[in-house]
Amino acid sequence: MRTPVVVIGAGQAGLAMSRHLTARAIDHVVLERGEVANSWRTERWDSLRLLTPNWMSRLPGHHYSGPDPDGFMTKDETVGFIEGFGRSFDAPVRSHVRVERVSARSPGFDVVTDRGTWSCDVVVAATGASSEPKLPPVAAEIPSRVRQLTALRYKNPGQIGQGEVLVVGASASGTQIADELRRNGRSVTIAVGDHVRLPRMYRGRDIYWWLDTVGRLDERYDEIDDLNRARRLPSLQLVGTPEHRSLDLNSLAASGVRTVGKLMRIAGAKAQFSGALANLVANADLKQNRLLNLIDEFVLERGLGAGISEPTRPAPTILGEIPTEIDIARFETIIWATGHRPSFSWLDPSLLDHRGRISHDGGVCATPGLYLLGLPFLRRRKSSLIDGADGDAADLVGHLHAHLDQRCRV
Amino acid sequence: MTTTDISPVDNGVNVEALLGARQHLTDAPEAAQFKWRASCEWINGTHNRSSISGFAGLGEEHTHRQTYTIDSDHPEIFASEDNGPTPPEMVLAALASCLTGGIATVATHRGVKLNSVTATLEAGMDLQGILGIDSDVRNGFDGIKVTYDIDADASKADIEAIVAQSQKRSAVFDVVANPTTIQVEVV
Repeated sequence: MRTPVVVIGAGQAGLAMSRHLTARAIDHVVLERGEVANSWRTERWDSLRLLTPNWMSRLPGHHYSGPDPDGFMTKDETVGFIEGFGRSFDAPVRSHVRVERVSARSPGFDVVTDRGTWSCDVVVAATGASSEPKLPPVAAEIPSRVRQLTALRYKNPGQIGQGEVLVVGASASGTQIADELRRNGRSVTIAVGDHVRLPRMYRGRDIYWWLDTVGRLDERYDEIDDLNRARRLPSLQLVGTPEHRSLDLNSLAASGVRTVGKLMRIAGAKAQFSGALANLVANADLKQNRLLNLIDEFVLERGLGAGISEPTRPAPTILGEIPTEIDIARFETIIWATGHRPSFSWLDPSLLDHRGRISHDGGVCATPGLYLLGLPFLRRRKSSLIDGADGDAADLVGHLHAHLDQRCRV
Repeated sequence: MTTTDISPVDNGVNVEALLGARQHLTDAPEAAQFKWRASCEWINGTHNRSSISGFAGLGEEHTHRQTYTIDSDHPEIFASEDNGPTPPEMVLAALASCLTGGIATVATHRGVKLNSVTATLEAGMDLQGILGIDSDVRNGFDGIKVTYDIDADASKADIEAIVAQSQKRSAVFDVVANPTTIQVEVV
């Protein structure tokens, strides 16, 4: 089978690219291991809602148009929204096609799937930022008696026994899962490493409205100081709920979740936690206030009077007695919410660098004709958000189109 | 924060050299592998003397400008001769030194002139641990409190951010706060 462009993955990123290719009348297929929005169908917990408000669900030619622009889509609504996007331009999606290997040939690529091989000039890898869990080394030390699962496998409290739960990680996943389990009567301890704290609402507006309005989400990958750090940043400590409530260590503590430092190792019968939590918490509070200061300055300069309320700062994080050791035997279940990483195991090793990673410049890979899409801070701070798919795809399709034209002339 | 400008303040820290080293070690991670060493000789009673001279890094052996020695002992209420600070006090001193050096470095990098920096440290310890009276009591500190009094040309929030960043990049802070595997052998 032959086509100029193969897009791998039919989530928001792959479909946004498909939409731009369609607009330029570039023939292509979108290969999808499952169905459209597959990871939203199969690798998210039941109660999950988008972290971004509905009005921010903006894909090319396909925007949220329901009655609640400030609300947060449920998992199923998100699947429906992305499906609707694919239908809106009749995306050429081939469902239930698993890519097994992509290798370079001269010229172009072979994309080997469980349903035959495609040869093409361009491959766009849009397989998502969260293909596999990133587990710390201490995971290997956990006694086999303790039940372990990752955030990708967590569905609802019904899965989890009545015994004590240790949730490792305090980004959006960790805090939301700890909160849900506590609300469902479990004894929960959360182990907190580096985290990014922000209030859900500030001065009467959603925090994402502010991040969007002050231009923070549009910051470009070639304009910021420490790109590697920005790409590794954990997800914001936020939850999307109809009540627009904040979720942080203070609210977790108030609901009875016990806070400890980062899980470091298992020593005999004890789980040992870092004593550096106070520093991480101070850092998160400082950074939160720095962003809120920036918002206040923005309001002062622009005079956004209407609908903007007076500033009320979130309370500083209060830490009580923080144990650094707990008997591992106390925990029936450990949930790893320590982040995810993309998987490129299907890429031929010759397309990877000596560290087994793909080197790329804003999604344009060193191998001509190979592109990445939908990764954290790929081209902009919002690259991995639904709202970031359009801009990145629009940028890359120009490069891609020029590459195809050049190929045709040769 | 831009790293290309030459910092306008002078706290005696060569930030440019450190940034150069950071870039160099990013490109050559094997040169970043260091070994720190110390030796210690028993003198009498609880009195002993640690010597610090050589270390390895950047792919080769190095020596300090001179061999430094630190005597340690226990105070007279422990029926010792008090020829030096106790080892736990040396840990506090090491932590304070590391954080304070870090504060100077971070402040310079951020263009903040330091006028004075004073750290005061206190750590609680229940001697029922080391004396084996109560096995539920740990030998080590039950917590460490570090208080910084800093006079600098910056806001309180900026000073707090410098102190927080110093902890984040401190070797001794990490050594004390987090478990480390220790192997003790007899030859």
